Amino acid sequence: MASKVIHAYYNDDDVLMHAVKKVKDAKHHIEEVYCPFPVHGLDKALGLAPTRIAITSFIYGCIGLAISIVMMDYIMIQDWPMDIGGKPSFSYLENMPAFVPIMFELTVFFAAHLMVITFYLRSRLWPFKEAENPDVRTTDDHFVMELAIHDNEKELKNLLIDTGAVEINVSEK
Amino acid sequence: MASHYEAPIRKPLVLGDKSYHDVTVDIAAPVEGRANKHWWIVFSIALVAFLWGVGCIIYTISTGIGTWGLNKTVNWAWDITNFVWWVGIGHAGTLISAVLLLFRQKWRMAINRSAEAMTIFSVIQAALFPVIHMGRPWLAYWVVPIPNQFGSLWVNFNSPLLWDVFAISTYLSVSMVFWWTGLLPDFAMIRDRAVLPFQKKIYSLLSFGWTGRAKDWQRFEEVSLVLAGLATPLVLSVHTIVSMDFATAVIPGWHTTIFPPYFVAGAVFSGFAMVNTLLIIMRKVCHLEAYITVQHIELMNIVIMITGSIVGCAYITELFMAWYSGVEYEQYAFLNRATGPYWWAYWAMMSCNVFSPQFMWFKKLRTSIMFSFFISIIVNIGMWFERFVIIVTSLHRDYLPSSWSMFSPTFIDIGIFIGTIGFFFVLFLLYARTFPVIAQAEVKTILKSSGEKYKKLREAGKPLYQINGGSVVKENVEAAAEIKSDEMDVASLLDSIGTFDSSKDTADDLKMVKGIGPQMEKTLNKIGIFTFAQVSRMTEKEYNLLDSITESFPGRAQRDDWAGQAKKLNNK
Repeated sequence: MASKVIHAYYNDDDVLMHAVKKVKDAKHHIEEVYCPFPVHGLDKALGLAPTRIAITSFIYGCIGLAISIVMMDYIMIQDWPMDIGGKPSFSYLENMPAFVPIMFELTVFFAAHLMVITFYLRSRLWPFKEAENPDVRTTDDHFVMELAIHDNEKELKNLLIDTGAVEINVSEK
Repeated sequence: MASHYEAPIRKPLVLGDKSYHDVTVDIAAPVEGRANKHWWIVFSIALVAFLWGVGCIIYTISTGIGTWGLNKTVNWAWDITNFVWWVGIGHAGTLISAVLLLFRQKWRMAINRSAEAMTIFSVIQAALFPVIHMGRPWLAYWVVPIPNQFGSLWVNFNSPLLWDVFAISTYLSVSMVFWWTGLLPDFAMIRDRAVLPFQKKIYSLLSFGWTGRAKDWQRFEEVSLVLAGLATPLVLSVHTIVSMDFATAVIPGWHTTIFPPYFVAGAVFSGFAMVNTLLIIMRKVCHLEAYITVQHIELMNIVIMITGSIVGCAYITELFMAWYSGVEYEQYAFLNRATGPYWWAYWAMMSCNVFSPQFMWFKKLRTSIMFSFFISIIVNIGMWFERFVIIVTSLHRDYLPSSWSMFSPTFIDIGIFIGTIGFFFVLFLLYARTFPVIAQAEVKTILKSSGEKYKKLREAGKPLYQINGGSVVKENVEAAAEIKSDEMDVASLLDSIGTFDSSKDTADDLKMVKGIGPQMEKTLNKIGIFTFAQVSRMTEKEYNLLDSITESFPGRAQRDDWAGQAKKLNNK
């Protein structure tokens, strides 16, 4: 593994955006950017693929809907059909209007919770997980750009200083 | 960035000369500071009320529901009134964070965190009532569709009461994860500022190790958007289903199709009133006037006015439909509400909910903080009466005049209600001291477009940022910032805070003090400052001296209160 990384600190999101574009133009690979808040357009500038988390949510929602239908069909129609208020439970379709609220609730329940769980797992977030931001200021007002060094420390440093970094740090990883 | 542009006619949402770091400091301050006397007084009152409620609940469960004022005719009263009231209050939070997010209303960012907290705490209160009313709360799991030992006896999915179970639990749990996901970056901010190891541990546990990578933020924003999209119909469904508890019944006064929209509007109405009640106090106590501005209160007042008017229209529609239906039972139910023995509850509801919000048409009144607070209390009272009117007045005149009766609450009814108010405030007060009460990461994203500082810069035609190429601080691990001053200053600084003798004292890790990074620590060490004791002796004079010596980050030491932090660290 490349063992030496360079951390460039910025204290403004606009400066960071310019810096990202400049570094990208100079054909350097940016390993990571740590931000205290979401910077709009940063993912595009970095060339990150769009997230597919909304698609997973849609799939989870469909699963929830299917589960609710199967569950209520089994419970209310197949296993123990009851005649409630003169409305006998003979067919799911005919009794469906009464089941719409639960179908909706379970769709939302599955879509929301499973999406959030997916997000937590993909972004490696859970209780007792150690934070991995290189500097405590990245949750306050500093943005850190991380680049790997491949025998080009001097060149990178000059480039980063040019982009308006307020601090540059070389460290072993 | 062009996206930072906002029309100059829009009033700033963050007042004062705030930078990103100022936002951090302001929002972390209530968490890092100590509770004052007022907090303890209010907390004690709330705790006593809560314990009183716990006592009443224990008495109810051990003796039976007969301890309440219910009778054969009025078989539902305060329990369901309180339940609907609390659920209604719980609607503003998700409405603010979800619906206003979809509408891209930036002003929500100052209030969504607390509104969501309020939502969760009030839904917890609401959920208590059906559970207590079961009489045997340890059998509460019977509402879950699980096979049981008596055979294939299932829950009834045709019943609105069961829909309620699903709606409320989905709403509560989804609101909770929505709230918590938004909290992660803010907990991380507090974690990274924490001085004491215990706090650091707690907040790193709460923040789930949030790191803030670009990819994390990309997903975070998408997740927030999708959750908002899911929560919007969810929040509308919850009170719709609550209203169906009544609307699907055959009781005159309940059996109406207007109930779902009318209940939802009423819920938003009472929820915003409660948000106003809480935030008007909180902005003052936590010194957040720069973030929760008069404009925020005004906008909430407008929502209260509009939803109050919708509720008023619904009341009148109900009356019209009762008359127009030609059903005499229906007609009597409404005549009885307005002129029967419970006329005072009806007119309290009418004046609090329909009349009082109309004052908000006047700009003077809706921008008055005292008046807003007053109206918010009135609305909360009015909305409680609305539920009381719907439930008790519709029930107390049964079909048979021989069954007619009145309802009077026992001290247990009252005690449980007061207990939930106490419980709610216990939770909210604890929240206000330990949670970041404003979504600071989100506020930072709008600072450049809607912050007063940047609006002024834009107006003056000045750039919002500058790229200081070349003139930057330095390299890596070894080099420290240069000391650019003469020995005189250093000597006088050390004079007042004491010198470090390496043979007697041990050096402390000064980086534990917030605002002192590795660079600054080197600089301080170069000057001759090695211990917390030395830092803790610094005052205004020494800070200025230090600034003139180091010439870096002027004013930072004051803002972060190095001396105060060092004192704490030293005493550990």
